Amino acid sequence: MSKLKIENIVKSFGDVTVLKGLDLIVEQGEMICLIGASGSGKSTLLRSINLLEPIDDGAIWLDGDDISLPGLDPQPVRQKIGIVFQSYNLFPHMSAVENVMLAPRRIHKKSREALRPEIEQLFEKFGLADRMDHYPDQLSGGQQQRVAIVRALAMKPEIMLFDEVTSALDPELVAEVLDVLRTLKAQNMTMILATHEMGFAREAADRVCILHEGEIIEEGKPEEIFSNPKHPRSQAFLKSVL
Amino acid sequence: MIAGVSTFIVLALIVILVPMAPGWEAVQKSFFNKEVFLKTFPKLLSAFWLDVLIFLWCAPLIAILGLAIALCRDVQSPVLFPLRIFGAVYTDIFRGVPVVLTVYLIGFGIPGLGLPRPYNSPYIWGSVALVLTYSAYVAEIFRSGIESVHKSQRAAASSLGLSNSDVMRYVVLPQAIRRVVPANMNMLIALQKDVALLSFIGPVEIFRQAGVFKSLLANFTPYVGAAVIFLAVTIPATRFADYLLAKQNRERS
Ligand SMILES: Nc1ncnc2c1ncn2[C@@H]1O[C@H](COP(=O)(O)OP(=O)(O)OP(=O)(O)O)[C@@H](O)[C@H]1O
Ligand SMILES: [Mg+2]
Repeated sequence: MSKLKIENIVKSFGDVTVLKGLDLIVEQGEMICLIGASGSGKSTLLRSINLLEPIDDGAIWLDGDDISLPGLDPQPVRQKIGIVFQSYNLFPHMSAVENVMLAPRRIHKKSREALRPEIEQLFEKFGLADRMDHYPDQLSGGQQQRVAIVRALAMKPEIMLFDEVTSALDPELVAEVLDVLRTLKAQNMTMILATHEMGFAREAADRVCILHEGEIIEEGKPEEIFSNPKHPRSQAFLKSVL
Repeated sequence: MIAGVSTFIVLALIVILVPMAPGWEAVQKSFFNKEVFLKTFPKLLSAFWLDVLIFLWCAPLIAILGLAIALCRDVQSPVLFPLRIFGAVYTDIFRGVPVVLTVYLIGFGIPGLGLPRPYNSPYIWGSVALVLTYSAYVAEIFRSGIESVHKSQRAAASSLGLSNSDVMRYVVLPQAIRRVVPANMNMLIALQKDVALLSFIGPVEIFRQAGVFKSLLANFTPYVGAAVIFLAVTIPATRFADYLLAKQNRERS
């Protein structure tokens, strides 16, 4: 059974149809990179998987369970699917460690003391050990983004979604966040990334999907996609970015 | 420096010119009568204590009710949609009626139903009128604060699996409430002044006490005394609210 199966999903905003019957299957431990022009629907797809956007048609299965049924409680699903955004979205009134502890404290009803050891480990692992008590505005963009990733990881998700997590960063800070993604891949985390980092997609992805106007027009191993795209739209897109 | 000099000149002109007006002597006698002022001021001050008390029990009730109404207006669930309507109607009504009218209607109207003794007190119903009116304004302030928290903050919190009420309580409200502190300070200042409206329905607070003295002594100086007492409270409070606002603007830029 696939970890995640997306079948024929449709999503419209008003009369603009953003996802037009999109299909995608993700296996356990796979790293998938979604690439495509601005407006092609990458963010919308990731947000629908996390149930932040209700879909209009189609279905999403997580471990064989349909999580897109209307009226289903989204909270347990979101606990299994972490998402990190381009703009970090840390809570500005909380220190880094409080940001990370909020969800486990409230959802797993654990005390700060009980959580402290494992959270400290996470901070250490991603080079943030001396930043735990800093507030977001005291951190660099790269540090904020790593805290945001740690915050999502603290819920021990089974799948992680990353929406252009390096796009808002200064070039010299991109590498530190990409390193985090490599670490997660080494741990066999199932991941879907929307990204403009073609070099990274080529090097790290197990599979690359090209989105165009709400559909995946081509998918395959990165070396195939980047060196020998078949669809004329893919060729045009890759030519424009490479 | 220039500002200082020009302020000084204007003040000097007022001090010199106003007493030259033909009616000054009469005005001075009936509004700025030193003897009357000294005689009535202590009594006014102790009557003002009642204003302070009314203020002190109204303010927390207003904060709680205002927040509750603001939360009603934000509920997302379609089942609870009637709460949204209630919140909207409530704020429209109590912001739409002059405070003094609400004080009259509730302060005279409800005791007029023939309630037994402690429950027909104008203190209670006058306070209720103030609480109802002010919580409508405060609700709107809280709501603007809630709406000013970017929706990406809610999305980030929801995406972690937090419940809607936890998202509100731990992520949205702490940010929203901080942002509206200056606006709420200004409401508190307005409330302190509007407590004087209760004088119309009975309680002998400072404004009514001043009125009693005016009739007794046929002199308006007690009103000036009352104004001085109000200003002694409201000016520092206004300055403080402005300071908070300026500080917040600095932090945000
Ligand atoms: N909440 C919304 N309301 C209306 N339209 C929306 C909304 N969110 C997205 N859209 C529209 O959906 C389309 C796809 O947007 P989406 O953000 O998914 O694209 P994207 O591939 O992530 O682009 P980018 O690379 O710029 O992030 C765009 O045309 C966008 O304007
Ligand atoms: Mg996007």
